[in-house]
Parts: sequence; C-alpha cells; structure tokens
Amino acid sequence: MGIRPATGGPTRKAATGLAAYALNGVTGLALNAVTGLAALVLLVLVLASVALVPVAGLGLAPLARVLVLVRRLAGFQRRWAGQVLGLDSDPGHSYETGSRRRAGLASALRHPGTWRELGWLALHGVTGPAPVVAVWAMLSALHYVWFRLNPMETSRLNTFALSLSIVAIAVVVLIAVPLFRGGQARLARRLLDAGPAPDARIRELTASRAAVVDARAAELRRIERDLHDGAQAKLIAIRMHLGLARGSRDPDEIVRMIDEARDVAGQALTDLRDLVRGIHPPVLADRGLDGAIEASALLCPMPVDLDLHLPGRPQPPVESAVYFAAAEALANVAKHSGASRAWVRLRHTAGVLRLTVGDDGHGTVRRDGGTGVRGIEDRLSAFDGSLTISSPPGGPTELTMEVPCALS
Amino acid sequence: MRVVIAEDLALLRDGLVRLLTANGFTVVEAVDNGPMLLAALVRHRPDVSVIDVRLPPGFADEGLRAALEARAQVPGLPVLILSQYVEQLYARELLSDRSGGVGYLLKDRVGDVDRFVDAVRQVAEGGTAMDPEVVSQLLTRHGRDEPLAALTPREREVLSLMAEGMSNLAIAARFQVTDKAVGKHTNNIFAKLDLPPSDDHNRRVMAVLTYLQATPAPPRSPI
Repeated sequence: MGIRPATGGPTRKAATGLAAYALNGVTGLALNAVTGLAALVLLVLVLASVALVPVAGLGLAPLARVLVLVRRLAGFQRRWAGQVLGLDSDPGHSYETGSRRRAGLASALRHPGTWRELGWLALHGVTGPAPVVAVWAMLSALHYVWFRLNPMETSRLNTFALSLSIVAIAVVVLIAVPLFRGGQARLARRLLDAGPAPDARIRELTASRAAVVDARAAELRRIERDLHDGAQAKLIAIRMHLGLARGSRDPDEIVRMIDEARDVAGQALTDLRDLVRGIHPPVLADRGLDGAIEASALLCPMPVDLDLHLPGRPQPPVESAVYFAAAEALANVAKHSGASRAWVRLRHTAGVLRLTVGDDGHGTVRRDGGTGVRGIEDRLSAFDGSLTISSPPGGPTELTMEVPCALS
Repeated sequence: MRVVIAEDLALLRDGLVRLLTANGFTVVEAVDNGPMLLAALVRHRPDVSVIDVRLPPGFADEGLRAALEARAQVPGLPVLILSQYVEQLYARELLSDRSGGVGYLLKDRVGDVDRFVDAVRQVAEGGTAMDPEVVSQLLTRHGRDEPLAALTPREREVLSLMAEGMSNLAIAARFQVTDKAVGKHTNNIFAKLDLPPSDDHNRRVMAVLTYLQATPAPPRSPI
C-alpha cells in the first residue's frame, strides 16, 4: 500500500503552474499599469519643473523633490525587476543628497544614473499602462460584438465571433501578459542598472590599492634600511681604511688596511647584489618570465618539470609579480612539501596569464597556513589576479595563479 | 696571449685592460657592445676573451649571447663571462656545447687580481673557471646529483675546486696535502664518473661538466 501523492499528478501540477503563471502575469500587468501611471505623472511634474527653472529658478526646488520621488519609484521597479528575473537586487546608484537642496540637485544631475532613470520614466510611462489599454480595447470589442452587432440573435456567425474573442483574450492573458511582465522587468533592469554592483567593485579596488601602497611603502623602507645599514656603511668603512692607509708610514699596516678595505668592498657588493635581486631579479630582465622561472627551478632541490609557453611578455609590473609569486611557490615546495617532484606550467590564453605550480608532496597547504601563500595572494591581487589552492592531505598540491593581462 | 675585452663601463674596461696588460696579456680589442663583440671575436679569434654579460644595446644578456654565437662559429673559442650575479641557467648554457675553455665569474672576483688572472689563463688553456658561488649553489642541492653519488666527500671537494678552475697543485696547497694525493683523488673521480684516460685536461673539463650538469635538463613536455 503505497502512499498516494496528495496532488492529482502531473496534469494538475501543470494546471496550477499555468494558473500561477497567468496570475503572475496579470498582477504584473496591474502593477505596471499603476507604476506606469505614476511615471507619467512624475514625468509631467519633471517637465513642468524644468519649464519653471528659467523663471528665476522657481522650478529648482520642485525639481529636486520630484527627482527624489523618481528615484524611489525607480528603486521600487528595480527591486521588482530583480525579483521577477531572479537576480540579486541591485543597490542602485547613490549620490550626495547634501544638506542644501541645490547641492543635492547638482549632484543628482551630474550622476548618469539620474539620466538613466529619467529615460526609463518616459519609456515606462508609455509602455506601463499600454497593455491595460489594449485589454480594455479588446473587452470593448467583445462588448460590441455581444450587444451591438446582433444582440437577440444567436446565429452561428455570432457564436463564432464570440468564441474567437474569448480565445483571443485567453491567449493574451496566458501568453502575452506574462511576456509583457518579463519584458518590463528586463527593460527596467537594462535602463536602471549601473552595472554589476559598482560599490562592491570600488570597495575591492580601494582595498587592493591600499594593500599595494602599503606593500610599496614597506618595500621602500626595507630598501632604505638595507642601503643605509649595509652598502652605505661599508663604503664609509672602506674610505676610513683607505684614509688610514694613506696616513700610515708602516708598510705592513698599509697593506693590512688596503686588504681590509678590499674585503669590506666585497661585502658591500654582496649586499648590493642581494638588494638588486630582491627589487628586480636580473635574470627576469634578461630572459623574461619563462626564463626566470626556469632559472628558479634550477635552484630547487628536486627535479622540476617545466612546461612554459609564453608568446610575448606581460607588462613589467605583472611579470615581476608573477615571477615572485612563482619563486615563492617553488620555495614553499622546497621547504615544506617533502615532494620528490614538482612541476610548473605557464600559459596565456584568452587574456589570462595562468601559472600552475604543483608537487607530489604531502599537501595541506592552506590560505591561512603561512605568510608565503598570503604573500602570493597579495602580490596577485594588485593586478586583479587570483590564487586557487588544491592541496588535500597527502597531496598532491597545486597552486593556480591567474592574472588577467595582455602580452606585448 | 691575445685577449678581447667587452665591458660597457669605461672605468672597468680600462681597469681590465690595465690589469691584463700588466700580467702579460695583449689586449687586441676592447669593445663596449654586443654586435662589436661578436665581430671582434670572429675576426681576431683571441686566445681568450673577458666579457661582461650585460652589454648595450639591450643591456640584457647580450654579452653571453655574443659569446655563445661566437663559440658556435668558432668551436672551443675560450670565453670568460663576468657578471654581477650568477645564474645556473647561464652556466649551463655556456657548458652546453660540452667543450672547455669557458669561465663564469662574479665581477667582484677581479678584485682578487692573482686568482682572476689564474682563471683567465685556465680558460685560455681550455679549462673551466666556474665561480665558487655557482659551485656552492650546486653543492647545496640534494637528491639530484645521482652521477656523483659514488664520490667520497673529499672527492666531491676536489671536484668542486676543479670546477672553480684550480690546478692539482693549487688544490694540494688548499688541503695541505701532496700533489700526488690530489692526483689520486682526481684519478678516482675520473674512474667513478666513467671518464677513460685520455688528454688529462679534457677529462677535467668533462668531470666538471658532469658535476655541473648532474641535474638532468628539465623535460619540456606537457604535464
């Protein structure tokens, strides 16, 4: 004895679905008729206010108020369209309302969103009520057929005309009205949307730019410190030793001072070399990204399979960021993975530079695991790049870095 | 011995000319850019050349490229590359034709005049002179040097000094042993690396090559 389904099966389901579809269409029709009428009223008010502006600025205050109402109506329509289309609700645009109305008006007029709203207002004022007018026209026609044409006689022709009218109305309600609802929603979305969530994008860019500026500042401080305490101090010591040598009359002392000066000069050179390597590795300048990655792979303690194909060179800042990210990833493999093999793959397809560094080690690389991975992410984020980590316990680990960029 | 010098920094170029002339070399030409270097190398076919890796017009690795091109045209043409930094990649490229007469040193090494002049001579004679930094980078790697696994620690040490271009006598002095003892080590090395007796000098080069190329070249295949 199975349990019977509560509903009457697919047919009934389809029927209720169809009914809901038609109902949605009809409510959408009514709603758009109302908002359309409101849009018409607001449009008239906007035009009237604008017409009054030349008269000693009399229209400015009403215009500011009307624009606020326009924004509210547009906001309502935007939310409705979002629901209908099943999209995230768009926060819409915002502009300074300002303490003074005049400032708010100026800000509103400068904002392209305001002009898009006015364009939508005009279109919606016309298209919103139009279907209601059309349905009204059809009902009038039916009325005319029923009562005026031949009220008493139920001839064949009459019945046929009546049936045709009813079918036409049903078709309109079932098909055209829901289509109209979707069309209105898309129209609103198209005209009122300022693109995908602009505010979130701006926040993201602001954050990544701040990270870049911070990183640059820290880098400059480090370079300053290294030069100051390293090479610069050593050059002073060299001068001092040479000065001592010059002032000395003891040949052994002179030779000793010169030898010491030479040793310190060697150390200063080493300092400078390390510093240069940290700023911009010479091999990267000489050989580009693929050559530089090949060079870092040579320093890896385990064999590294290379599959590097790059038909050109990215912009120097991107090249440098990706190189350091790759070097960091290879250093991580060498230090922590316990791998016996590693591989690096470099490609540029469809405007995206994609670098994969993998190893057959024990895995479990995590985003929050250490500064290395975070460093890679920070480097890439400055160029809108991303890092994907696949590192299950037991391995293998694969880091995929993607940076959108062009090659030259 | 006839030398060609390539260095774009005038101060350093003049210093190199003076240093080598003072040590019995004849500088036949001193150039400051890549294209002129290649022409000079092919025209003079010097006994040895001292080349800055970075030269105009591109200020990338023009010096190295000119040297490789010259060796392609004149096989075995001795070249000593000077560089502000050492790169295994470049050491490998220099040694890739498997003939001697190559050196790759940090520029700082010119400060130690005697050792530098020794290195130039070593290269001129068809030997190798690899910078201790190249050699030490290779020494710190583990697990990739299978061909060298059979060597004892002392033999490895001797091999690394051979790679730097030291003669048996110099190695003996370094370890404070007899010349003969070093000779025994080198013969053991040649035997273990399967280098049959032939011209001793060439065997030294081959041993160093084996050492520097202990890592198989990374295969360029899809993953």
